[in-house]
Amino acid sequence: MSSASGTRNSASKPASTRAKPANKAEATADWVDGRLGIYSLAKANLRKIFPDHWSFMLGEICLYSFIIIILTGVYLTLFFKPSMAETVYHGSYLPLNGIKMSEAYASTVNISFEVRGGLLIRQIHHWAALVFVAAMFVHMMRVFFTGAFRKPREINWLFGFLLLCLGFFDGFFGYSLPDDLLSGTGIRFMEGAILAVPIVGTYIQMFLFGGEFPGTDIIPRFFTIHVLLIPGIMLGLLVAHLILVFYHKHTQWAGPGKTEKNVVGMPLMPVYMAKAGGFFFLVFGIIAVMSAVATINPVWAYGPYRPDQVSTDAQPDWYMGFAEGLIRFMPGWEVSVWGGHTLNLGVFIPLMIFPLVLVAIAVWPFIESWVTGDKREHHILDRPRNAPVRTAFGAAWIALYLVLLVGGGNDLFATHLHMSINTITYAVRVGFFVVPVLTFIVTKRWCLGLQRRDKDKVLHGRESGIIKRLPHGEFIEVHTPLAQKDLHTLTAHEQPKPLELPAETDENGVARKAGVIAKTRVKLSEGFYGEGNQIAKPTTEEYHEITSGHGHH
Amino acid sequence: MKKLSARRRHPLAAVVVLLLALAATGGLYAAFAPAEKAQADSSAQSLAIDEGKKLFAVGCSSCHGLNGQGTSDGPSLVGVGSAAVDFQVGTGRMPAQQPGAQVPRKKVVYSQTEIDQLAAFVASLGPGPVAPDSKQYQPSDDPATNAEQVAKGGELFRTNCAQCHNFAGKGGALTNGKYAPSLEGVDAKHIYEAMQTGPQNMPSFPDTTMPEEQKREIVAFVRHTNDEPNPGGLALGSLGPVTEGLFGWIFGLGTLIVIAIWVAAHTTKAKKS
Repeated sequence: MSSASGTRNSASKPASTRAKPANKAEATADWVDGRLGIYSLAKANLRKIFPDHWSFMLGEICLYSFIIIILTGVYLTLFFKPSMAETVYHGSYLPLNGIKMSEAYASTVNISFEVRGGLLIRQIHHWAALVFVAAMFVHMMRVFFTGAFRKPREINWLFGFLLLCLGFFDGFFGYSLPDDLLSGTGIRFMEGAILAVPIVGTYIQMFLFGGEFPGTDIIPRFFTIHVLLIPGIMLGLLVAHLILVFYHKHTQWAGPGKTEKNVVGMPLMPVYMAKAGGFFFLVFGIIAVMSAVATINPVWAYGPYRPDQVSTDAQPDWYMGFAEGLIRFMPGWEVSVWGGHTLNLGVFIPLMIFPLVLVAIAVWPFIESWVTGDKREHHILDRPRNAPVRTAFGAAWIALYLVLLVGGGNDLFATHLHMSINTITYAVRVGFFVVPVLTFIVTKRWCLGLQRRDKDKVLHGRESGIIKRLPHGEFIEVHTPLAQKDLHTLTAHEQPKPLELPAETDENGVARKAGVIAKTRVKLSEGFYGEGNQIAKPTTEEYHEITSGHGHH
Repeated sequence: MKKLSARRRHPLAAVVVLLLALAATGGLYAAFAPAEKAQADSSAQSLAIDEGKKLFAVGCSSCHGLNGQGTSDGPSLVGVGSAAVDFQVGTGRMPAQQPGAQVPRKKVVYSQTEIDQLAAFVASLGPGPVAPDSKQYQPSDDPATNAEQVAKGGELFRTNCAQCHNFAGKGGALTNGKYAPSLEGVDAKHIYEAMQTGPQNMPSFPDTTMPEEQKREIVAFVRHTNDEPNPGGLALGSLGPVTEGLFGWIFGLGTLIVIAIWVAAHTTKAKKS
């Protein structure tokens, strides 16, 4: 054991052979290395290369806002009392003086007005949560549109997706804790959704709330889930997510010198250490500024929760807004079955669509690899236009999400656009089915148009704006040819061929029947790569033929 | 008496009785009939009703009818009381611009004197809620009492008003284009009158269900919400998580993405070691 470690030391930095460390810092580092082996760890990882692109920093925003949430969350737990015991408020916020409320609500008001820096920390915690989930959303869509989820990163895609879903729910549990009028309404909403589950709904509700709504158990239970259970799982997933990023190495955009086998970029130390460290403080700074100037969740204005009170504009935080939209646009269907058992379809159907909306995007990588039959590793990213079907699907999914957000905020759209809330709800009902389809068609055509544009650029160069008159009187615009590296970048992408059904008869002349699944797969593959679904990129011959000096381009 | 009863069948008896009765009625009338000047009453109230009737004929009668009896275009105003007129005309809702889901608040076109005259005329059509005086609707000036009123008013507001007007009185949507208006910048008197009379889609809260003192507390809460600075910074319209989400996306994530683009665009050339 000791000899092995000695070998490693001598291989990295010969600490033992050095007569005397130059200074205290080095001595300390030597001491730590002797116990933890940091030199070899550092040597292996500090020079790790990362490619440079702004969109690769979206994940960093998620990571940093998550750290900010944990730091501020710890501070808040020092003062928050997760209890539904009743108390009468006599604090410094006079408009609530003498009002009955729960300990949870009273302590949140105290954090806001009594605790030093409490309101700012509360607002940082909440704003950071909003930014965190928004950043995860954008990060996920970046990975989606560039095809970064392809082999070998499918598992990491799922880890990321789970982090997003857990972020949704931890956010929900978090904003339910203060027990103000809005959060109580949210919990009531959740209770209604649980009750709508046939057969087991009432049992789950009784189990979760420890009796009738609201009871006295739900806030303490949510507190444990919010500060311990979900963050614990998220932290584990986050570490796994980052380990896999290190292990797979980062993806990169196509370009000269960039292949599936290398990573071109800057080393972690010193470039990305400085950049990432600086970026952390920028993220913290921006969120702190937001929290200093803008209110989020003014619990003092909502008042304490009472089941007999409600305020309009009762919406969840943005990421749960699509669930609100599903409920709001669903007709209030209710049927009675088996002699008096109510089936609340108006709530139950949205409850079933809710996970489907999320899963639709999560399973795409697996559907895509099945349809295309592509089992190779991919480290070069796709430009969204070069994968029109994928891009169109992603855009359609975002469109669906946005339609549902509009549905969730239908009352605000009604008041602020001076429209009838009924009109908006009917429009959302139609839009739920129509808008994603239209978005798919438009986006796909758009991508194909951009592919044509690329082809045109490669073959004919850029329009220079210079008009030349030829000797025989004709006017032409001079096109400047692209640089070699631009030509490479624009034509680096692969253009797979659609799958084909095996021949109808095998080599012995015996008829082979293709199954329905195989036929569907070929049809879908045709939709991905078939004629009209991708624009053939220019070949070398085409390029030479057109640039060989006829001079009329 | 014998003489009288003996002649009671005399042919002229009926004439005599009639004459006597006429004389008695005339005498009584002369004694008790209102004096000449009372018939042309010049008291302020009656003058106001007269003036109000003229204003009403010009500005209101096309929809509400010449005597406020209502037409197919406007409801009857018999019994709505002076409070309703003071609210509707005093907030500019009446005269209405056009028919629609709801008549919006707009510029007030009548002076307060004219509004009072209109109110007096409409009140004369039938008994109804009376426009309050400032003792009724003004919350207390004493800070301690006022704070108490705000706290109680908040509780009442969340129970009775917030479901339509939102927790901070910012208004909200109702069905088919109707809406609960924002309470920003609404006079204390008009808030009070709205509760008294229940204009348009609002239910009314007469003193029997909500005593004067509670209405005053609600007024105190609404005034507090409008006037006091928000402890947390920009209120973002006090519209709840929808505007917060927009702000978080645009100013939070938007700024961070701009910064990310900036950071990515500024890279030192790393030395190959």
